[in-house]
Amino acid sequence: MSAGALPVLAAVGESGRSVLSPSGVEIVFLLVAVVVLGAAILCVTSRHLVHAALYLVVALGGLAVEYLLLTAEFIAWVQVLIYLGSVVVLLLFGLMLTRAPIGPSPDADSRNKPVALVVALAAAATLVTLVVDAFRTTWIDLSTPHGRSDALGESLFRTWVLPFEALSVLLLAALVGAIVISRARRDDSEEGRR
Amino acid sequence: MTTTTAAVLVPLLPFAAAALILLTGRAAPGFVRPLAVLPTLAATALAVLVAVRQGGDAPLTAATVLTPTGDPALPVELALHLDGFAVLVAALVAVVATAVQLYSTGYLRDDPRYPSYAALVSLFTAAMLLVVYTDDLIVLLVGWEVMGICSYFLVGHYWERPAARAASLKAFLVTKLGDVPFLIGILVLASEAGTFRISHIVNGLTSSLADFELERPTLVALLLLVGVAGKSAQLPLHTWLPGAMAGPTPVSALIHAATMVAAGVYVVARLLPVFTSSTAALLVLAVVAALTAVGAAIAALAQDDLKRVLAYSTIGQLGLMAGALAVGSRDAAVFHLLTHGAFKALLFLAAGVLITVAGTGSLGVMARTRDIKRRAPDAFWAMTIGLLALAAIPPFSGFFSKEAILHAAETAALDPAGAPAGVPAAGAWLVLVATLLTALLTAAYATRLWLMAFHDPVSARPEPLPQPPAVSGVTTLVLWLLAVPALLMGLGYRWLPSWLDGTSLAPTLGTSAVATGAAVIGGVATWAAWRRRYEMDEPPDPGLSLLGSRFHRGAAAGFHLDAATTALAARPTEGAARLTRFLDRAVVDTYVRGAAALPGLLGHLVRRAQNGNAQTYLTVLVAAVIVLLVTTALASTGG
Amino acid sequence: MHLVHPATLAVLLFCVGLYGVLARRNTVLVLMSVELMLAAVSLNLVAFDVWLADELHSGQVFTLFLIALAAAEIGIGLAIVLLVYRRRGTVALDRLRALRDGPGADEAAEAAGPTDAAARPTAIDAARGQETTTP
Repeated sequence: MSAGALPVLAAVGESGRSVLSPSGVEIVFLLVAVVVLGAAILCVTSRHLVHAALYLVVALGGLAVEYLLLTAEFIAWVQVLIYLGSVVVLLLFGLMLTRAPIGPSPDADSRNKPVALVVALAAAATLVTLVVDAFRTTWIDLSTPHGRSDALGESLFRTWVLPFEALSVLLLAALVGAIVISRARRDDSEEGRR
Repeated sequence: MTTTTAAVLVPLLPFAAAALILLTGRAAPGFVRPLAVLPTLAATALAVLVAVRQGGDAPLTAATVLTPTGDPALPVELALHLDGFAVLVAALVAVVATAVQLYSTGYLRDDPRYPSYAALVSLFTAAMLLVVYTDDLIVLLVGWEVMGICSYFLVGHYWERPAARAASLKAFLVTKLGDVPFLIGILVLASEAGTFRISHIVNGLTSSLADFELERPTLVALLLLVGVAGKSAQLPLHTWLPGAMAGPTPVSALIHAATMVAAGVYVVARLLPVFTSSTAALLVLAVVAALTAVGAAIAALAQDDLKRVLAYSTIGQLGLMAGALAVGSRDAAVFHLLTHGAFKALLFLAAGVLITVAGTGSLGVMARTRDIKRRAPDAFWAMTIGLLALAAIPPFSGFFSKEAILHAAETAALDPAGAPAGVPAAGAWLVLVATLLTALLTAAYATRLWLMAFHDPVSARPEPLPQPPAVSGVTTLVLWLLAVPALLMGLGYRWLPSWLDGTSLAPTLGTSAVATGAAVIGGVATWAAWRRRYEMDEPPDPGLSLLGSRFHRGAAAGFHLDAATTALAARPTEGAARLTRFLDRAVVDTYVRGAAALPGLLGHLVRRAQNGNAQTYLTVLVAAVIVLLVTTALASTGG
Repeated sequence: MHLVHPATLAVLLFCVGLYGVLARRNTVLVLMSVELMLAAVSLNLVAFDVWLADELHSGQVFTLFLIALAAAEIGIGLAIVLLVYRRRGTVALDRLRALRDGPGADEAAEAAGPTDAAARPTAIDAARGQETTTP
């Protein structure tokens, strides 16, 4: 946490809850958050390409735990199933098909790296300042779980059914598009030679 | 058919032929030959008919208003004026044109551009006949310019050759250089006289009843003289004529020997009263004529190319005509114009045959070649007759006309009271001396030409003649046809005065003896020089011995007048052009480039950003978003 | 729970993903970083949905949609990456500069060739293999 958040630590909520006296859930949340952030940083800095993908798995898995802590259990399982199950596998396949080296590759980062670091740090500073400044007196009531599958399912198939169907069409289109793009055409090899 | 109708038809027929050939020549090439020859032949018949009917009576005049000018009292009129000069010169032009058209059917038999050639020759004939017959100065100028442009195209007939292209451009530019003052002269003359009609001007000037004088006769005469010098190849505008020999030989015969170049002399003859009203102009004309005649004769003695010899000879003979005009005798001038037209056309046409047979125009090469005389007997005889006429040996035609000039000059020099008013005695003396000198030199170069081309007394010439192409029968016919006037026209001195002003053109014993003596001296001296070189086995060019090698070189180059023109006119113009180009590049362009430099620099900098790397773009994008975010946040919180 | 915790975590995760997108050379790694950014947004949505206790569960439904979209995105993205790899023999983002301005754009693409000389034949082989396995 940055220094901008320090005054918040002393702030006392209406319900008498304080940052200085965190609940158990909050402690677990912060610990998992450290794991998630660490894995994410390793993911974007690792020289081993396959390791980067595995760190991504750790970060996304930790995120699923955070969802659970926020009582959004359905989302958590979906996160585990889709992200860990398919997306990371797809990425690993992508790495293999593009012949990524197994060992450390020294040119994993481009020359844009210092600039990227500066920009990312500036973005982090700005956004953290803004977020902390905006929500320092806001508390989440976790006493009633708000993400159970039945309630979410009802909402999804009543209110959100039309966007849901549109999304299915979009997925189909993406599927077709991916097939069309990645299908090997005869002239590909010739153009590759050119 | 009245005489006027016939006279109108004379220029119209070749003009219609030219239009028809240009329209149909490509589609129906078979009709080009009859279309070229027959209308010209008909025009000749009509011209001769007009000449016979006119017969030296009072001039016939017919006019119709062609177009008004700004001044209602000064319209441009399509006017005919048929006096003795006009009908005789028209008859000559038509006869020579017919001969040339006939000759061309044989000479240019295999030329792919024969249709356009025939059309241009017809158009030229029409324009020349228009110039001869017309009574209106503006119409005369139109014909004059049409002739100029036809000459340009015909000199450039073999435009594949750079020499022909250069010569045609030179001919066009030099004659146009003379035509501008000519046009100004016409306008000044017309505005002073109040009419464009030549006959009105001449009548006003000569009639004792009309009290009419030109305000600035010298100015008008000198301006007209520049145009005449350009057209008739007088000093210093003569330089185009030797170059114009790059055209086909029949064109040289028609345009650059017999007719167009004589147009200047003809115009001066028609407007002679304008010139005689200014003594200064006549003196200038005399000086120019004398210099031209002598200089051209010397240059002709040094030329190697057969056609260039004839070209310089033409310049010299035109100088003689101008000299006759300078002593106020237009009868003698036009007489010489007629005979010269006949024998010079003959000479050129014979030279064309000779060049075809020998395969070269160089006299030096011909002098080494056997059997020219035997292979081309017709050309040999035609050439001999023409050269004798040129050298003014009695009884050939040139003798009589040159006698007439000499007689006129002698009269004006020795007896100023008997000469036409306004003729300066000094000019007359100059012309007299120049004519005698020219007679000598003319005989010399004619002899040289004949000796080098044909004379081979012991058959000692080393090189055999290459197998020549056959000479067509039409060509030979034309040669003999033209040989008749070249031989006999001199006898016309008996009848010609009745057509002309009436001065006697008969040769007198004294001048005849002197002139013929000069000619014989020139001929014999040349023969002696040739003989000596021949026996010493040197290149048999008598010109070298007669002129001396240094002088010969200068004369061969036309006395370096072209170089002088280049130094005086072309170099400064080129220098000015180079200066302008430099100023344009170094000064004007600098501002333009400077104005473009700053945007160019900025554009270059912006281009550097477009490096194609998506990460760079994205980085800049995100950085900009952060900056905007911070700005918005600070602005909204008032911090 | 204090809302600042999940929100700050989401912000930091997003910035780490941003760094990855801007700094990584391999295109597949860039895609991974994009996944991190998307996950950060998902966390934000869930946290705010739980905080607001929305009746319609908008935030969590959108998170579901976002996960599906991410799957679609990664599928299309990988297809494009594979195509680029087959044609150019490289997936290095800073070598794909055919859109650069000015003369030498093609030359730059060609100049990238020698360094990929080793990869090129294998790229062709990969394309061939793809071709034979595709029915």
